[in-house]
Amino acid sequence: MYNYTDFDTAFIKERNAQFRAQVERRIDGSLTEDEFKPLRLMNGLYLQLHAYMLRVAIPYGTLNSRQMHVLADIADKWDKGYGHFTTRQNIQYNWPQLRDVPDMLDALGEVQMHAIQTSGNTIRNVTADHFAGAAADEIADPRPVAELIRQWSTDHPEFQFLPRKFKVAVTGSPNDRAVTKAHDIGLRMVERDGVAGFEVIVGGGLGRTPMIGKVLKDFLPREDLLPYLEAIVSVYNLLGRRDNKYKARIKITLHENGLEDFSARVEERYALIRPQFTGVDQQMLAAIEADFALPTFRQEKVREYHEARDHYPAFRSWADTNLAEHREPGYAIVTISLKAHGATPGDATSAQMRLMADLAKRYGHDELRISHEQNVILPHVHKNDLPSVYSALRAAGLGTANVGLISDIIACPGMDYCALATARSIPIAQEIATRFDELKLEHDVGPLKIKISGCINACGHHHVGHIGILGLDRAGVENYQITLGGDGTEDASIGERAGPGFSAEEIIPAIERLVLAYLELRDEPAETFLQTYRRLGLAPFKAALYPEAQANAA
Amino acid sequence: MPRAFTPKVVTANALLEGDVIYQTATGWSRDLAEAEVLTDEADADLRLIDAAQQVDSVVGAYLADVDASADTPKPTHFREDFRAKGPSNYAHGKQEAASHV
Repeated sequence: MYNYTDFDTAFIKERNAQFRAQVERRIDGSLTEDEFKPLRLMNGLYLQLHAYMLRVAIPYGTLNSRQMHVLADIADKWDKGYGHFTTRQNIQYNWPQLRDVPDMLDALGEVQMHAIQTSGNTIRNVTADHFAGAAADEIADPRPVAELIRQWSTDHPEFQFLPRKFKVAVTGSPNDRAVTKAHDIGLRMVERDGVAGFEVIVGGGLGRTPMIGKVLKDFLPREDLLPYLEAIVSVYNLLGRRDNKYKARIKITLHENGLEDFSARVEERYALIRPQFTGVDQQMLAAIEADFALPTFRQEKVREYHEARDHYPAFRSWADTNLAEHREPGYAIVTISLKAHGATPGDATSAQMRLMADLAKRYGHDELRISHEQNVILPHVHKNDLPSVYSALRAAGLGTANVGLISDIIACPGMDYCALATARSIPIAQEIATRFDELKLEHDVGPLKIKISGCINACGHHHVGHIGILGLDRAGVENYQITLGGDGTEDASIGERAGPGFSAEEIIPAIERLVLAYLELRDEPAETFLQTYRRLGLAPFKAALYPEAQANAA
Repeated sequence: MPRAFTPKVVTANALLEGDVIYQTATGWSRDLAEAEVLTDEADADLRLIDAAQQVDSVVGAYLADVDASADTPKPTHFREDFRAKGPSNYAHGKQEAASHV
């Protein structure tokens, strides 16, 4: 993992001291809220519906056990004993008090963490494949590059007041787990003729106007990355619209100016600034790469794992859903579900955080990851340790065997917390998970991603859910719209709106009808919901969602 | 014809805790039931200006509609209902405070 240099440590300390003074000036009344708001947002502090919310960056979703312990300590000391992991691999605290926030930031600084650029019109926390450095299908670990981008973008003087927020994701694997096509810039590590480089995707995004990113450069040599990124963001900074918040993201800039025009401007800018990058960035990258060296893997025959599989059906079920293939044959990648049926998606108590940290330390080469799907990953666990890991997780309410299934739902905080929300998301997620647990159907249904957003801004990624649910306010009543066929992988697609929305009471039965219809429609059990949808289109699913319309038409 | 003025309360968030607060005749309360119901538009505007000036204790004051037909004001929109109650997934915020009484 990356270790802070003296420069980093001093920078964070200085920033925290500045913010402490700003908070004091706000409290004594010398700063108005209008003056204070941009300052607090720069440091990840929002004022939400019931309280402040502090969003802490977990760069590219990677942390060690010590950091996870501090996240737990912060939850106990200054919050309500839990934290909420988000779709941008961050953690949010929902109940901090203004006076305590500087102390929380200092505590984070002690373990090389911060909340800088988790808000505001800046380059946000860089996200990456949560299986980075562990996945069997990976070309290279994307995190050194993600860290380089983090360093370049943090406090970048040209990019502190962009037209709108700016999100970058990196994947080192052809199987895209980082939703790169729904980011302002998505980077896919590729190789051409033995040379490492990137496919650069620009202008993806969800929100009000969902768009799949377009390839701006099909092959960019590795060493040209930072100047090229700087050229893109620089062109966007000047060209992006500042007259209309809803047209300010780079996806609209690209849409309005066309890929060709945008690309020409980037090339022109690139030619101008390329000479300024003299190779220092590549020296830094080499040093960062050394920090991400692979752990020394244990060479040991896999025995206990097979025995446990043979004897314990619950372990087998968990292993079948929650493990992914590791690059090292004796190892597995463990996804810990934060989606116990009926619980709040993405929430972990301080006790659960500590347990996960301890398991990482004992069995997982001291590494944890946060996925954009709001789960926690132990990326390197020897298969012989899996039975012990599972029983410890299970005892702490973390043994749910549902990763990738219908109850592994992404949900934004919605109107239970968020000031921007137009409807609640969490109770809908809780009820869907509880209902399908009662039906005992989720393993039959198989891979199915439900994603719920409580407003048009789409933090819950509903556009790329196989089933997307969008909560709206329709004449003073919560109303839920369904989209179908979305996909956030390398075959990314935006879901199609199924028809009129449903009330909070109607939405759960509607989802049930939809899923039961899929079970009838699929060719064979191996055909997933998304495959069936792509084969048959919207019509048969629409018929299941709106039986009355069908009856009236007949 | 201008739309008839409907009953309102002044609401905001407390600066230090961020908690939802309501203006009363004499100050602020965390409980909507204690809020002062404003039925006159000019009066409501003045009360809002007064609230907005309290920059060292109050954030984001605005007028929220209430149903004033019962003894105590009730929210008319679900967002205000959630603000008055707290989140639905945990008994935190106002619900927690209430259980300590």
